[in-house]
Amino acid sequence: MSERTGVKKIDLLITGVGGQGAILASDIIGKAAVVSGIPIRAAETHGMAQRGGSVVNHIRLGSDLGSMIPKKGADIMLALEPMEAVRYLDFLKDGGVIIVNTQTVIPVTVTSGMAKYPDVQEILDTLSEKYIVKAFNADELAYEAGSRLAMNVAMVGAVSGYLPIPKEALLESVKALVPQKTIEINFRAFEMGRRKVEES
Amino acid sequence: MTTREYMLGNVAIARGLLEGGVQVAAGYPGTPSSEIIDTLAARQDRDYYIEWSVNEKVAMEVAVGAAWAGVRSVVTMKHVGLNVAADPFMTLAYAGTKGGLIAIVADDPSCHSSQNEQDTRRYAQFALVPCFDPSTPQEAKDMIPYAFEFSEKFEIPVIFRPTTRISHGKSDIELGEIPTDKPAPHFEKLLDRWVMLPKNARPRHTHLLSIQQPMEDALAESPWNSLELKPDAKLGVIGAGIASVYAKEALEELGLEASFLKIGTYPVPKKLILELLETVNVVLIFEELEPIVEEQVKLIAQEAGLPVSILGKAGGFVPREGELDISVFLEALKKAFDLDVEPEKGSILLELAPRPPALCAGCSHRATFYSMKKVFGNDAVYPSDIGCYTLGIQSGTVETTLCMGSSISIASGLYHAGEKRPICCSIGDSTFFHTGMNSLLNAVFNKANITVTILDNRITAMTGHQPNPGVGFTVTGEPTVEVSLAELCRAMGAGSVTVVDPYKLEETQEAFKAAKEFEGTAVVIAKQPCVISGKRAGIRRVPYIVDPEKCEGCKQCVKFGCPAIEFDEENKRAVITALCSGCGVCAQICKFEAIREVKR
Repeated sequence: MSERTGVKKIDLLITGVGGQGAILASDIIGKAAVVSGIPIRAAETHGMAQRGGSVVNHIRLGSDLGSMIPKKGADIMLALEPMEAVRYLDFLKDGGVIIVNTQTVIPVTVTSGMAKYPDVQEILDTLSEKYIVKAFNADELAYEAGSRLAMNVAMVGAVSGYLPIPKEALLESVKALVPQKTIEINFRAFEMGRRKVEES
Repeated sequence: MTTREYMLGNVAIARGLLEGGVQVAAGYPGTPSSEIIDTLAARQDRDYYIEWSVNEKVAMEVAVGAAWAGVRSVVTMKHVGLNVAADPFMTLAYAGTKGGLIAIVADDPSCHSSQNEQDTRRYAQFALVPCFDPSTPQEAKDMIPYAFEFSEKFEIPVIFRPTTRISHGKSDIELGEIPTDKPAPHFEKLLDRWVMLPKNARPRHTHLLSIQQPMEDALAESPWNSLELKPDAKLGVIGAGIASVYAKEALEELGLEASFLKIGTYPVPKKLILELLETVNVVLIFEELEPIVEEQVKLIAQEAGLPVSILGKAGGFVPREGELDISVFLEALKKAFDLDVEPEKGSILLELAPRPPALCAGCSHRATFYSMKKVFGNDAVYPSDIGCYTLGIQSGTVETTLCMGSSISIASGLYHAGEKRPICCSIGDSTFFHTGMNSLLNAVFNKANITVTILDNRITAMTGHQPNPGVGFTVTGEPTVEVSLAELCRAMGAGSVTVVDPYKLEETQEAFKAAKEFEGTAVVIAKQPCVISGKRAGIRRVPYIVDPEKCEGCKQCVKFGCPAIEFDEENKRAVITALCSGCGVCAQICKFEAIREVKR
């Protein structure tokens, strides 16, 4: 691959629901990558899909070509919602890592009775057959850290050990991007998420 | 030392405009183009003029005025916006410019947020103007100052065409200098240029044709096209715009020996294409949407009598619809050369619930649609328009969506065709100001017996909350006149105009009943700020809860479709979640008075 810095190439997919903070999560990683001198390309879902729809962000560390991860190209998937992990599996390598928040967000199609939400345990069991799965309830973790809104940052913490970016750079980036008065909560959420994956 | 920043493609494009010395910027919001103006407007110490115009045609003409005064101007829009602005644009190509003029027209292959996926490069061909087609956000930024210079050199407007993946891609961007010296505006009275009478238009057309070859030659020398000839390679690949990076990555991945031509400008660089065609046997052309490069390559090969086989959209190797990616390129290679490329399908089979975007919890459009449906019922026709409220298709009150402003005119056409059912159309405030006004004027003038509902949420919400003439402030937050929709409709002759608060169901339904009875064009304006921009502006409402003692589990509130209302299947009771914004509409729907405000 064409690499400017010789950094190992990592393709990361962040999936979730519009409003969960997937864009902030990718921004934290993106900004930290640039500070660390790592070329980065990312693609985001904006516009129509933001209104509670399904969202997917592509993040390519060490890449200086396109921003779209090829099918079966992603090394890691960070899923902010369990059903949204399954929706984008085509992009994940066989044997890739999935870090998944087990807290569900029920779509209107389910509340209105048009569709059924699959059983979460069944999702996790099926995923584990083919991939390395790290699952925990990141909403509850963030709540323990001080606010459910820090869920996305807890998830960035959870994936941080897999990224070729120093932890300090990621924390700097969290500090720069979250509201001033929530920095402490977000730092805590980051650490708790990181520990959750380290321990598992 | 270089400065690198992590930026959204549209922010990088805005930066390119600064580095190119832009002096006037105008646009109409449209995904994926909107953040360019948003970014320029948010900047401190602006030394340029900026506006959100009422529509793309107007924005284009504002940019033309500036360019004719000799300063660098830009107009931004989404691809379909150029249909609205095509009238000035086509003739502008004849008249030309003095100051550089860039029309940034963002394409949306795959219709991520659009009603079609037309290819703006065709417009460039049609208008005989050059087009820049960036392959990365960095290139997009770097192209802009060049495009300004090019526009000034040939005194011609240019099209700059990012696609969704450029505009909404992010990347580390190397920044350049922002110039401080800018020319003073001066309108030179060149009447043979600026007055397009037939006697002036004819020689300008001849002139436009005469500069095609010099423009092509200049573009061929530009850094945006590049040819890598591999000795002995019999396969050539041509990639255009963003598709070129997908092709390049796939070729590197496969380690395939192929000569590679990257195209970033139109008219295409004939010289480079010829050079490639002379050395290879087969060329695969990879470009999104229309076969524009492909058609040119075929012409060039035929003229030069080169027996190269040219593969692309023709033969079905590369799809003509949707966006491309690396996998599509591999698929095309496989088809063309019977290569053994690993299949990419089949992961896990689990039935998933669809998660389409929906109107927000507390969105006033949902409330308006609820009342509309109550009054007009199933035996009515509901033309609608383009905005967040198009999501009201789930409410059964959106039955047509064609283009901006079309709801009212389609309603008129339905009526005049003799459709007997009552017709109630809906259109947002910004869309009404955009092109709905003309349609209302026409409906009144031609006596269409229809109800026009203006969903006035006091902002252009779908594209990220841009101001419009109804809100009382400009793009930079400066106070301006707040145009009254009601006065405007009355001035255009609408016989019945009522303003309602859609959160008040009874009041709204009364207005709809009166409008339905009214003989002629009746207007109902449902006025309530967007919940997102309202919250940002400090509107706080007390959220609601369901009293489990009173709830009968009838699901009337659940059927309303608000994302804040769920149903607890175990206890057969409705539940209101933390998403509740306190609009109170569900409390009015509940027949058992089971929904009330949270006690403070």
